[in-house]
Amino acid sequence: MGPEASATELLAALASGATSALALTEAALARIRAVDGHLGAWLRTDEASALETAARIDRRRELGQPLGPLAGLPVGVKDMICTRGMETTASSRILEGFVPPYDATVVERLRAADAIVLGKLAMDEFAMGSSSERSLRGPVRNPWDLERVPGGSSGGSAVALASGTCPLTLGTDTGGSIRQPAAFCGVAGLKPTYGRVSRQGVIAYASSLDQVGPMARSVRDLALLLQVIAGHDPRDATSLPDPVPDYQAVLDRPVDGLRVGVPAEYFQEGLDPAVELAVRAAEDTLRGEGAVLVPVSLPHTRYAIAAYYLIATAEASSNLARYDGVRYGHRTAEPTGDIDTLYSRTRAEGFGPEVKRRIILGTFALSSGYYDAYYLRAQKVRTLVRRDFAQAFERCDVICGPTSPVGPWRIGERSGDPLAMYLTDIYTVPANLAGLPCLSVPCGVDSSGMPVGLQLIGPPLGEATLLGAAHAFERATGHAARRPPEVHP
Amino acid sequence: MDAAPSELRIDIRQVATLARLSLDAAETRELEGALDRILEYVAQLDELDLDGVEPTSHPVPLRAAWREDVAAPPLSRDEAFANAPDHDGTAFVVPRVV
Repeated sequence: MGPEASATELLAALASGATSALALTEAALARIRAVDGHLGAWLRTDEASALETAARIDRRRELGQPLGPLAGLPVGVKDMICTRGMETTASSRILEGFVPPYDATVVERLRAADAIVLGKLAMDEFAMGSSSERSLRGPVRNPWDLERVPGGSSGGSAVALASGTCPLTLGTDTGGSIRQPAAFCGVAGLKPTYGRVSRQGVIAYASSLDQVGPMARSVRDLALLLQVIAGHDPRDATSLPDPVPDYQAVLDRPVDGLRVGVPAEYFQEGLDPAVELAVRAAEDTLRGEGAVLVPVSLPHTRYAIAAYYLIATAEASSNLARYDGVRYGHRTAEPTGDIDTLYSRTRAEGFGPEVKRRIILGTFALSSGYYDAYYLRAQKVRTLVRRDFAQAFERCDVICGPTSPVGPWRIGERSGDPLAMYLTDIYTVPANLAGLPCLSVPCGVDSSGMPVGLQLIGPPLGEATLLGAAHAFERATGHAARRPPEVHP
Repeated sequence: MDAAPSELRIDIRQVATLARLSLDAAETRELEGALDRILEYVAQLDELDLDGVEPTSHPVPLRAAWREDVAAPPLSRDEAFANAPDHDGTAFVVPRVV
């Protein structure tokens, strides 16, 4: 049994002695070497440290010592998340060579659970993108069709799972960056309620929207990883103090009588008919499991993209001001006589085109004279989007719809038109604006045979309900068992 | 001043100065085109009557987080300088500021 098996199966095999952490880690590293050259999901691995950790866990198991809930499982971490002693770049030239002096809280929790941090996963630079085409080493490829994008920005985290190189990964989601690549690669991904998972040590893009979340090949595995990373962190002022429920225990709860809201606004112009067909079939499946479909309305959905791109870029322009070539990261080698030239040239050399575009848009939206017209207006629209959801959740327990209006496009197809790319985030950004938990699970294929994702959105701290509904759906269908064709040299 | 978004054009050079970002001529042209289209798109927010709507700056209510007033070990000097492009062992080194 190797890294392509589920985390749940692997934990049983590790516990019974059918495999060891060392054998599993060696197999994962071998699989990365065999297939990832064609995919580009892994930016770097730390073989020595992973193997040493694995051997230590095996020794502790032999001695009968207590082990954590992920003991011996290799886990991949999006390069947006700081790992002590392991280079962390956010896929950006400006952070190339940066070796964090500390672990993010989520990584500390992985290590405390005895997971093996295998390496860092590729992404769009600073998580700004929906295709993972703007990674440090060129485009990440979708294992279902190497000419197509894997989605983004957590494309590497989705591809690492779909290609069977490890059983669990961490992603981050600011406007859909966990759910959309999960949908595009035929895996599962969950964005927790804002504040459920600590952001300490996670490179900031848009602080009021960013969340870390679990990605896996099954809902049960999502629950396993969420259990480890969720919970209060005194080092993150936005961290929620609420107790963390037992997510695994509620997975098998029947969905009988669950009220599933279907928003008319999530099935409008621009939705690929094949995606709609797959999502409608998923609604039927949920009904067949005993759920009750309830029509709901989210009338401000069409304004969410505009509000999101003003708020996210405004926050990004402020967060990315820290990359100035002084304390860490890239510094221009050009001679600079003054500090402003040092900043401006360093940033010009270090940031890629999409990051520059968003810094400029965000700086503009916050600048004197335009603040009220753009940033403040967007924040008011955010209130309307939140109210839409609050009203809908008076009538239903979860909301269901497509994760993305379209399937994975061809590499390069949308990279010339930033706005066209932004518009594909229409169904994912509203939940970020409202801070709500949401997940994506595979629900079929589009007209090109590429995976399609079903999105479920819950009320604040509704992760357990979401996981339960997604698990019922997964068991009732065979979608989660589909794997992409083997990648051949 | 609360200008109507649809009538605006971004002065890219001015904004780039605020953002401490040098742009070459090609980048400036590309950004002008792209941002014009984006601003045209976001102008649809003007359709909404937002009078009396409170802005949302954060999705959850934030409370001031207090901790015990106890000193914790900071990063060591070596750790703090480990990623620095230039330092002299006591401070980060930058071009003359004053």
